[in-house]
Amino acid sequence: MTTFWLISCLILLSTAGFALGRHRALVSAGGQVRNLHSLPSYYGTNVALSISVPPLAVLSVWLLAQPLFIESHVAAMIPLEMIPENVNLSLVMSDVRRVSEGLDIAIYQGLMSAGEVEILDSEASDLRGRLGDLGIALGSDVRPEILDAARRYRTMSHDGRLMMTIVVGLFALVGFSRSYGQTDKDYRARNAVERGGMALLIVAASLAILTTIGIVYSMLFETINFFGLHNWRDFFFGTTWAPNFRGDSELSILPLLWGTLYISFIALLVAVPIGLFAAIYLSEYANTATRSFAKPLLEILAGIPTIVYGLFALLTIGPMLVRVFGRGDDGLLGVEWMTGATSVLTAGLVMGIMLIPFVSSLSDDIINAVPQSMRDGSLGLGATKSETVRQVVIPAALPGIVGAVLLAASRAIGETMIVVMGAGAIANFSGNPLESMTTITTRIVSQLTGDTDFASPETLVAFALGMALFVLTLGLNILALYIVRTYREQYD
Amino acid sequence: MNDMTLLERKVETQDIKIEARNVQVHYGNTHAIKDVNVKIEDKTVTAFIGPSGCGKSTFLRCMNRMNDTIQACKVSGNILLDGEDIYDKRVDPVQLRAKVGMVFQKPNPFPKSIYDNVAYGPKIHGLYNTKSELDEIVETALRRAAIWDEVKDRLNAPGTGLSGGQQQRLCIARAVATAPEVLLMDEPCSALDPIATAQVEELIDELRQGFSVVIVTHSMQQAARVSQRTAFFHLGNLVEFGETGHVFTNPQDARTESYITGRIG
Repeated sequence: MTTFWLISCLILLSTAGFALGRHRALVSAGGQVRNLHSLPSYYGTNVALSISVPPLAVLSVWLLAQPLFIESHVAAMIPLEMIPENVNLSLVMSDVRRVSEGLDIAIYQGLMSAGEVEILDSEASDLRGRLGDLGIALGSDVRPEILDAARRYRTMSHDGRLMMTIVVGLFALVGFSRSYGQTDKDYRARNAVERGGMALLIVAASLAILTTIGIVYSMLFETINFFGLHNWRDFFFGTTWAPNFRGDSELSILPLLWGTLYISFIALLVAVPIGLFAAIYLSEYANTATRSFAKPLLEILAGIPTIVYGLFALLTIGPMLVRVFGRGDDGLLGVEWMTGATSVLTAGLVMGIMLIPFVSSLSDDIINAVPQSMRDGSLGLGATKSETVRQVVIPAALPGIVGAVLLAASRAIGETMIVVMGAGAIANFSGNPLESMTTITTRIVSQLTGDTDFASPETLVAFALGMALFVLTLGLNILALYIVRTYREQYD
Repeated sequence: MNDMTLLERKVETQDIKIEARNVQVHYGNTHAIKDVNVKIEDKTVTAFIGPSGCGKSTFLRCMNRMNDTIQACKVSGNILLDGEDIYDKRVDPVQLRAKVGMVFQKPNPFPKSIYDNVAYGPKIHGLYNTKSELDEIVETALRRAAIWDEVKDRLNAPGTGLSGGQQQRLCIARAVATAPEVLLMDEPCSALDPIATAQVEELIDELRQGFSVVIVTHSMQQAARVSQRTAFFHLGNLVEFGETGHVFTNPQDARTESYITGRIG
């Protein structure tokens, strides 16, 4: 039975279980709902959950574990000399999988019988051609070892699936008989369902956390590989970024980190004052009517995809800056400081624009959380609105605002599309904002796109860079949360 | 009551500080204050009493134009401070609020040090020339608010770290430091325990030497204890206004009597 049908059966069974459980509970109470401990639907839900949840859990674990188990088993069958140099085991295994898949299809379409597959001889029959007719392309002729492995793979998968169906069915049956047996007017079905609901929430929460751990783990693995191939001193303390696919590259994070921080700094220089002032206007000065249309308008900025900002940087801001700072005597300033449209300033300005709604909407919430009594106190002493904002509201909201700025900074550091399009590709240690520079994220993209060889440090460095970026933004986020939490309660 | 008659004689010699004529207040469609006429005397404590929602706080906030900060609120009629209409176009509400200070229901110290809380008003209005002058203003204000002894050793500690009663006295000191002519108090003791309440009440009586005090209170005992004049509000109307002793012992209006004796409110 395929997984789809198995799940459908489970759903069908639990629907039936719901009706049965509900009915049994009602009968046990003599048809009177008031005699039941819980509402009838709780009894039904309890039975339905007992039928569906444990088998589904078993099913998902089985589906994850079975291929791993079978592959490790089958891989042992392939003799070592079968694996050519520079080809790793996973390539051979994918051949095995393809052949076994092809055999399956062949049987399904009636080209071969199951018995025929068992006695199939790879040398006698043109297996490659026959499978090719079925749409399964193989790189080379099927060798006897591969065919054996594929056969084994096939039988194990079939047996495994059969076992899975039986075990899942068994679990459903046990779940049903247990919960149906328990169903009685005094059974606390409501509490049982409550626990089920809680378990669901716990699963959701742990999935999110586990995913994070999984991401970090996978990056960590490749990062360690990278440091096995490349000197860590060069990575952390070198000064040159010069990847060279013939080997012997200089891969230092410092020029990239400098570009990243420089661009983020300019972005914050744009976003923090504008965002903060916008937030102050919206929360302190604007009347309800203005606020009700200005705030959504401002938040539209937050909904623009960053690639569109990238286009804006490339097509509008960049040429505009060139017109001001470049073109010699034809330019606005009559200077020749800037030649190309891509520069730190271009990317920084556009990223700053992107961050405005982020800063303003967080700061707006924080400023609104300052109690009105604080403003009244200041106004009641004869302070003007701006004195009140400067001396009372902002100091009271400051920890939250600092937190918002740090969150914005960590977004700026992780931002990719704008810098890919606006900042350029040259790793460069320079203080001049009109020059092209490159960032960590841009380099990750370029190291991983195109022809990549996952055994070379030039590719693996992307993971080390990603890890560094992750640590950097994680640190900023933790700092932001710490600041916000530490100083928050003071004014509540 | 002996004490009260003594005070009563003193009261009658005072000048009129604030005079309200035909004041109406609307909150959107709600008519919150209906045609109120009242005369607040200088160097006197005037209490506003009445059931919740009767408009006493609203009326109090009219006297330093704090209602300006609420968009839906419209005030008409005249309120005269020393004979000048405070709702006149030429009057700067910010300057007015420096003259008519306010203490709120909930203690609301700023998230600053105790010193900076008190120095806030003088700094804004430039009431000092040298640092030592400011120090003196702060000390005087804290002494007048009867909190100096408790905080003199920790003037740089945050004002929010004080107890509720201390915070409220700090807020009173903050209002006093600006040297107002009138002090409005909106239920200043409602968030305080009986001991702190007693301290604040004692303080109010002392403050009367310097300026006119208007206090809104829910507690009739408090009104009787601290005020010389009492105004009773009911459903937006000023029902009765007179010398405190008279209002409490010999109310002219049936509604006042019902409220004082606990039948309405």
